[in-house]
Amino acid sequence: MKTDITLNSPTGPATFPLYAYTGGKPFQPGQPTVVFIHGVLNDHSVWILQSRYLAHHGWNVLAIDLPGHGQSGGEPPATVEAAADAVLALLDALGIDQAALVGHSFGSLIALEATARAPERVRQLAMVGTAYPMKVSPALLDASLNAPQKAIDMVNVFSHSMLAPPPSALGPGTWLLGGSRALMRRVLASNPRTNVFHTGFKACDSYANGEAAMEQVNCPVLFLLGQQDQMTLPKAAQPLVQKARHGRVVQLRAGHALMTEDPDGTLAALLQFLKA
Amino acid sequence: MSGYADPGFDTLALHAGAAPDPATGARATPIHLSTSFVFESSDHAAALFNLERSGHVYSRISNPTNAVLEQRVAALDGGIGAIATASGQAALHLSVATLMGAGSHIVASTALYGGSQNLLHYTLRRFGIETTFVKPGDIDGWRAAVRPNTKLFFGETVGNPGLDVLDIPQVAQLAHEHGVPLLVDSTLTTPWLMKPLELGADIVYHSATKFLSGHGTVVGGIVVDGGSFDWAAEHARSGKFAELASPYDGFHHMVFTEESTIGAFMLRARREGLRDFGACMSPHTAWLILQGIETLPLRMARHMSNTERVVEFLASHPFVSRVGHPLLDTHPSHTLAQKLLPRGAGSVFSFDMKGSRAQGKAFIESLKIFSHLANVGDCRSLVIHPASTTHFRMSDEALAGAGIGPGTVRLSIGLEDPDDLIDDLKRALKAAEKAGNHAGESK
Repeated sequence: MKTDITLNSPTGPATFPLYAYTGGKPFQPGQPTVVFIHGVLNDHSVWILQSRYLAHHGWNVLAIDLPGHGQSGGEPPATVEAAADAVLALLDALGIDQAALVGHSFGSLIALEATARAPERVRQLAMVGTAYPMKVSPALLDASLNAPQKAIDMVNVFSHSMLAPPPSALGPGTWLLGGSRALMRRVLASNPRTNVFHTGFKACDSYANGEAAMEQVNCPVLFLLGQQDQMTLPKAAQPLVQKARHGRVVQLRAGHALMTEDPDGTLAALLQFLKA
Repeated sequence: MSGYADPGFDTLALHAGAAPDPATGARATPIHLSTSFVFESSDHAAALFNLERSGHVYSRISNPTNAVLEQRVAALDGGIGAIATASGQAALHLSVATLMGAGSHIVASTALYGGSQNLLHYTLRRFGIETTFVKPGDIDGWRAAVRPNTKLFFGETVGNPGLDVLDIPQVAQLAHEHGVPLLVDSTLTTPWLMKPLELGADIVYHSATKFLSGHGTVVGGIVVDGGSFDWAAEHARSGKFAELASPYDGFHHMVFTEESTIGAFMLRARREGLRDFGACMSPHTAWLILQGIETLPLRMARHMSNTERVVEFLASHPFVSRVGHPLLDTHPSHTLAQKLLPRGAGSVFSFDMKGSRAQGKAFIESLKIFSHLANVGDCRSLVIHPASTTHFRMSDEALAGAGIGPGTVRLSIGLEDPDDLIDDLKRALKAAEKAGNHAGESK
């Protein structure tokens, strides 16, 4: 589903289509809504085994492609704050008063910032594979700009923890290291104007409002962390965990790519959280 | 796992897809000989059927042992996933049937395994899918053969048995310029010699019966999806690939490209192709192929070193008129093979003797170590006469197009002591020569 959203830009208001996967079901007013927000160089499809289930079990699902990524128009957000504005603009465009926000990695910071900006519009906040601050090494920042294929390989290895994953996004026989690499290459190629890899990493690296944002959050918060995560170590979520007033931590035996390395565990944790 | 790159080939050949069994601690992959798998609840069952969750339902669609094999071959080939099938031919059929129906067109290399040529030229034509064959190195021919309804380019990494090397980067680029994917049969090279997906191919398949299994024990195939072809974009541009990018009535109006940015082909191939055509692999077969793959790097290295010795011997033998291996600078693919296949161009190749059909027969019947049979890629050395066996349905014209003469002999070099292989060939060549002399005396 594509929805036109309008954002302020230095040159004035900009309107562009934002893509959201709805889990194979049409959007139905009256149902609770969950917005899924992907991380750097990913798209909506990383949530397939959580979003499709929820869509068939009473939720509206909006698994978005961030602006400038995949099937969405617009410019890729240069900051976490700009990305948060896009999420809230989508809620406005669809007339959604309140939604649950679920974000992974970069997307978790976007979900946090969106919640802080409009606490009354967020019912629940789930931060998956998160950290604050979310610093990116200078070497990786540089590689994402100047040697993106090499940087993709680095991120891919750091994001996965197992050579024998369970049946995953494409069913049994899915090879996650290959699937993740192919997706990152596809998303990078989806925007020939701007390197969304480097832009996303810079946005993560420069985000400085995490603790202040968490102080604005009144809703329940789920921290869903991978025990073997090498991108965002579980301990790196502690600054936000400590600040959350209604926080709960769940750790899964997975790496940074929790949604594909432990799709059932991720779904179960989200279900329990969203149903509470 | 640590470091900055994927694990190496040899590590993946042993570990990709397999971990100690959580239920029993078994280190080797168990054989899950179970047709079906218990649902946790009615909701779990419904979610599995509707692709809301991932798991095993029925062994025609997927099986835990097969899934290990699928992950392993996908890892070795650099793909996003794989689907095991009943045979290599089933893998080819699954690939084609997933991408097209009646009214579609394929452009294929002339240098194909006889069974593949038969499927494309005769059988698929009966179902409304036409194929135009072009010489693998004739790039203008590939271009000229494209029609508005072309949905696929298809070739073998090295054509059987002439070993014409497919210029995958060039053919893939041409395919993509015309909005079609490149499918490659990688049976004779295996990912140890070449990874076609890294060179630009979009889908790869293997007859796992051959080198992957390596022991001449089981028949099986496997398709690997590279996840590189943008089906949705091409559908938006040309209307092609509605099979993947528009609602499918046979699966709850699912649009496979909506369900996966990169894996629509694999989703439909399993959910329609295995479900409806049913050419699945036995878990026992998958297990035996896994045993083979564990030693694939070691075996392929030996296949290549033995092949070098045999090629060298045959090329210098006075009774041999031609040796068709790219190791030799007389082979038309010599330069391309050095570029695309630096570890070697395979151990299946042909040669011609200076002699009659009767002498060819004498040669084959005099061999003691080489086995005369219709297979390649065994650990044992094999020999066959293509014109009267594997390619017998092909016309003389088609045979010539595939680089096969009436007296061509095909060898598949195994893992024996190379000196013994050379002695066997030397003895048989002498017998063939003598057979010619006797024939001359009797006249």
